[in-house]
Amino acid sequence: MAVIKTLDDLKKRQEEMKSRVNLRDKAENPESLVQVKVAMATCGIASGAKEVMEFFVTELDKRSIDAVVTQTGCMGYCFAEPTVEITLPGKEPIVFGYVDAEKADEIIERYIKEGELVDGIIPQNYNTI
Amino acid sequence: MSHYKMHLLVCAGTGCHASESDLVYEMLHDEVERKGLNDDVQVIRTGCFGFCEKGPIVKVLPDNTFYTQVKPDDAREIIDEHVIKGREVERLLYLDPETNEHVIDSKHMGFYKKQLRVALRNCGTIDPENIDESIARDAYMALGKVITEMTPQEAIDLIKRSGLRGRGGAGFPTGLKWEITSKNQSDRKFVVCNADEGDPGAFMDRSILEGDPHSVLEAMAICGYCIGASEGLIYIRAEYPLAIRRLKIAISQARSYGLLGDNILGSDFSFDIKLRYGAGAFVCGEETALINSMEGHRGEPTNKPPFPAEKGYLGKPTCVNNVETFANVPVIVLKGAEWFSSIGTEKSKGTKVFALAGKINNVGLIEVPMGITLREIIYEIGGGVKGGKKFKAVQTGGPSGGCLTEKHLDTPIDYESLMAAGSMMGSGGMIVLDEDDCMVSVAKFYLDFIVEESCGRCAPCRIGSKRLYETLDRITVGKGEQEDIEILKNLGSVIRDTALCGLGQTAPNPVISTLDNFMEEYVEHVHEKKCRSGQCRDLLYYVISEENCTGCMACTRVCPTHAISGERRQPHVINQEVCIKCGACMEKCQFDAISLMKDYPREVQLTTK
Repeated sequence: MAVIKTLDDLKKRQEEMKSRVNLRDKAENPESLVQVKVAMATCGIASGAKEVMEFFVTELDKRSIDAVVTQTGCMGYCFAEPTVEITLPGKEPIVFGYVDAEKADEIIERYIKEGELVDGIIPQNYNTI
Repeated sequence: MSHYKMHLLVCAGTGCHASESDLVYEMLHDEVERKGLNDDVQVIRTGCFGFCEKGPIVKVLPDNTFYTQVKPDDAREIIDEHVIKGREVERLLYLDPETNEHVIDSKHMGFYKKQLRVALRNCGTIDPENIDESIARDAYMALGKVITEMTPQEAIDLIKRSGLRGRGGAGFPTGLKWEITSKNQSDRKFVVCNADEGDPGAFMDRSILEGDPHSVLEAMAICGYCIGASEGLIYIRAEYPLAIRRLKIAISQARSYGLLGDNILGSDFSFDIKLRYGAGAFVCGEETALINSMEGHRGEPTNKPPFPAEKGYLGKPTCVNNVETFANVPVIVLKGAEWFSSIGTEKSKGTKVFALAGKINNVGLIEVPMGITLREIIYEIGGGVKGGKKFKAVQTGGPSGGCLTEKHLDTPIDYESLMAAGSMMGSGGMIVLDEDDCMVSVAKFYLDFIVEESCGRCAPCRIGSKRLYETLDRITVGKGEQEDIEILKNLGSVIRDTALCGLGQTAPNPVISTLDNFMEEYVEHVHEKKCRSGQCRDLLYYVISEENCTGCMACTRVCPTHAISGERRQPHVINQEVCIKCGACMEKCQFDAISLMKDYPREVQLTTK
């Protein structure tokens, strides 16, 4: 392992290593971050939710958006899989259906970054206890 | 670059380790591998989470799910259900004792709500055997800042301004200690980390070393820079094998990165750390005894002055600080003295780690801001007294401390208030006692410990504590007299005034403080020969109930001292003078006629004589 010779070296090393543990920092305060929940039940996975989740994880990181990507169970909208629920800080969660990589890209660029609503929203028509 | 979607943190502190957390880790790891999830899921062993009561703990991130009492067999279910299907394994979640509902994440657990983790900031979050994870969480950044941006005096002033005081118990201002050592000129100076944690039931230093060793190494280097030392020594007891192993790993990783050794971070400051093992003697937590032990002499204290800051290890100026004190230093450097001094009370700044033990629901390791009340610790964080019993006292400060009672429940905790209440901060052991605990026996327990651990160098401690113990013993077996209470009082104050070191001077504390707060229990033991909590076996009486006794003679035959008399088919009677309380009769009786009584009616006792 390379020797750390200066403070700048140390800071560089820290940057490199941050991605290893920043998930743990984020998990402490999820409500202040963008939360992305990908439905990963059988129906979701069959329609490609795995790839979508992969896309969110890598792309959000690449575009340096602080977000927590988690998986969840079936949301019930099996007809519209893969479904993704996005919660922006301080806003109500919104569920998007038929999400593929292209749609995910649009969601990141337009909804997560700009706050614009995009097509494909599934209105939430039930209450939870 | 890793892109793990999930992190599974498995506690690998000594507590969880003892309940097979190692196996849990292996099983989770194997299961992840078997399911082909290696690229998505990372399984990590971390330091102590503090919630030792319900160990082993497994925390799943990013959703922050907190699983308790996980067994190796549960690994498959966690992977299958939670990791793959995204459903929590409900039966492993923490059950809130008040609402009787499962709590999903640690943020909503009463145990964590009131805590503020500064010294324990990385315990339970990082893999202590991987320096990169520490670096990602700011390890060595403070050292870098101090070396490149500050003069030693500036750094000392920063620590002084923060108000940090020694966490070993006495509460000496850390910055001042550093300043004194820095002003003493010498060719060699030493930084010593006191990891000789000796209080029964205390394990905060161990947990810090096991969970975040780099924070201590970094702080020692900072101290070295400030006082002008290039050698550091950690005095650790050999009974902490896991902490020693992790320290060794941490030291070698830091060396290979050049964060310990010559010319750290391109400066002309060099610093290296070595380990010194102690054999686990309580007195070696005292700094002069510790230094003697490190030099290979007997672990005995010497007179102060000269203080170690002047003449310490090998006769050179030495700065001795406790593990927890060091663990606070890097945060102070990075976040500033003002941030640190905004926490806590007027004279006690920052936070304190306590090891919560005894009759309390949530046994474990907690870190709270100074000034929190005992009530908050016991009822909110600790979850109240076990089994709904009545709270009696809490013992703080270990054998050198004392007992706090109900009337102290709302006192804000800091160095001064504990001292005023007749106890002390100590290293942070906190043992909760309930109505079933006998205060005389508690005092006797600590004195027994002191007698064992007294090094024998000075007479007040060597002989005096032994006499104290004998007197307490007389009282607990029912042979106490009124004058014994006087002996305890007088002897206690003589020892306190004349003993050589801190151990001896504080040795009578458990006795003095229980006398102050629970005199009525002493009086009962002495005059009524009664122990209200039923803990003193010799003050319990086996009594035969006239109603239930059928006169079968079974008990008379097993009684080894022939204490039971009575005719066949007539109720039997136990002669209390002869009875040795072996319990054989109670075991033999088929009619539940024999019971243990806390106070035997005295007049009946007289008639049986």
